Amino acid sequence: MAKNPARAISMNSRLDKFKKNVLLNWRLYVFLLPAILYFTIFHYIPMYGVQIAFKDFYATEGITGSPWAGFEHFSRFFDSYYFWRLIKNTIILSLYQLILFPLPIIFALMLNELKNGPFKKWSQTLTYAPHFMSVVVIVGMLVAFLDPITGIINHVITSLGGSSISFLTSPEWFRHIFVWSGQWQTLGWGTIIYLAALSGVNPELHEAAKMDGASRIQRILHINIPAILPTIVVLFILNIGSFMAIGFEKVLLMQNNLNAETSDIIQTFVYQTGLLEGQYSFAAAIGLFDSVINLTLLVIVNQIARKTSENSLW
Amino acid sequence: MRKFQLSDKGFDVLNTIFVTIIVLLIVYPLIFVLSASISSPSAVNTGKMWLWPVDISFSGFKTVFQNDAIWSGYRNTIVYTVVGTILHLVILLPCAYALSRKEIVGKQFIMWFILFTMLFNGGLIPTYLVIQSLGMIDTIWAIVVPNVVGAWSILVARAFFQQSIPDQLVEASKIDGATDFQIFFKIVLPLSLPIIAVMALFHAVGLWNQYFNALIYLSDETKYPLQLILREILILNEGMTGGAGTEGGSVNSFAEQIETASLIKYAVIIVSSLPLLIVYPFVQRFFVKGVLIGSVKE
Repeated sequence: MAKNPARAISMNSRLDKFKKNVLLNWRLYVFLLPAILYFTIFHYIPMYGVQIAFKDFYATEGITGSPWAGFEHFSRFFDSYYFWRLIKNTIILSLYQLILFPLPIIFALMLNELKNGPFKKWSQTLTYAPHFMSVVVIVGMLVAFLDPITGIINHVITSLGGSSISFLTSPEWFRHIFVWSGQWQTLGWGTIIYLAALSGVNPELHEAAKMDGASRIQRILHINIPAILPTIVVLFILNIGSFMAIGFEKVLLMQNNLNAETSDIIQTFVYQTGLLEGQYSFAAAIGLFDSVINLTLLVIVNQIARKTSENSLW
Repeated sequence: MRKFQLSDKGFDVLNTIFVTIIVLLIVYPLIFVLSASISSPSAVNTGKMWLWPVDISFSGFKTVFQNDAIWSGYRNTIVYTVVGTILHLVILLPCAYALSRKEIVGKQFIMWFILFTMLFNGGLIPTYLVIQSLGMIDTIWAIVVPNVVGAWSILVARAFFQQSIPDQLVEASKIDGATDFQIFFKIVLPLSLPIIAVMALFHAVGLWNQYFNALIYLSDETKYPLQLILREILILNEGMTGGAGTEGGSVNSFAEQIETASLIKYAVIIVSSLPLLIVYPFVQRFFVKGVLIGSVKE
């Protein structure tokens, strides 16, 4: 009994405190307003709108007025013949990108061994540049270079005695072209964080190792790599978190009827069925399935990282 | 006995060779595009041009500059980029600053409210429906408002404010009777030019390069940004000549199509990437700084 009034008082005083705080700092709260409005309207209202995945959405009825459909759209998706194809394509493409995760690390270690000077600076500036080109331009360049008749690559192949290959319309080439052109674009840029971590390595460690007769390779393996390991772990988790979020806008640009067998991924399918065919509820269900998998993966990997090392996102 | 060991000198030589090879692999396509844009299309198409320009001609650039669609795309992209970047800063900076101050109650909750959007989102379709119901389809707002600010930028800008705006400075100005508005505009912003530059640059590059929002939200061709026009020239046209051309059209028109397409495609890549390529070397350190502030974990 004695507790309740005391709690009420403390609640009251907390409320008073809050009121006072708002009165005193209202300008700071005004500063927050546009961002909060933005996130509410363009992120949280769409989250509320996700319910159309469980409904039969009719534009005339609106989101709340449309009748419930339960898991009908999900089961239709799971049972469809393209379900496994989409899953397979999405996972293979993601895994392919993921196994190349060490490349920027290796390149950063190599750059780090260069003496500071114009060569190092130029190497960095030049390899960062493709990062700033648009996906449209990148795919445009692919189209030009890989053209079966006029492309430089096929000129090289035919001059070496091979026969020209129609790269962009063959399913067996799609993944290689997609992933390696992505590496071309991001390899240099991806080194920045690792280079920063490497610049924080204590030079005395290297001096001491040198005295003990450690070779360059040994010092890289036993000093530099352990030093950047925390950075590697965090970036790896982030990578897994966006595991299924492949550069979908680039896939869409590279996709055509002839390579769809391997280029059809979950997100392009959502775009296709939702925005081109107008099956809003069905597409929203597939999109939701995709988001849930991504979120689950992120949580699992973060949990594993937390258990096995001190590095995790939260 | 030791196994073979690479001397330090040998390591340096090998490492330099490998780095050189990687740099050349990355730079070669860029040089090729540059050279191809000022070479005669037939030299490019027959593979005669492979590194330096052959039969120099500027007809590609002339055709590009005579193309109305490209001009209108350019104009639209500049408008979208400028308006979008200003909007980005107007929403981002005050919010990040407020979140960097300890006076705000419920900061933890607000941070989670914002960060959660990084983990989960409604997805393409529900977002599209919101944009549609707000009547933003076929307006500039569909381009500049979605993704106007991300949780990541707020984290980065907030970290910057926390690290570089001393509390004492704010307290002292408050004692002198300055309001939070005055402190923000007269003291904080002038001290924050580096972060403003970084954020503006990142966002501007993103806006300049994006095509997808325009693809789904714009149907009026006069509003198309440059990237959509590029998509038509570089990717769709090629698809047409490669696919439909071989089935139907006469050999002659097929060849002609290839001719015009290749005449302008390299020039149009240069023209569209030029602003970024010119500015990039000067602002590179800002971008690098942005990545680094962003990677600081709390």
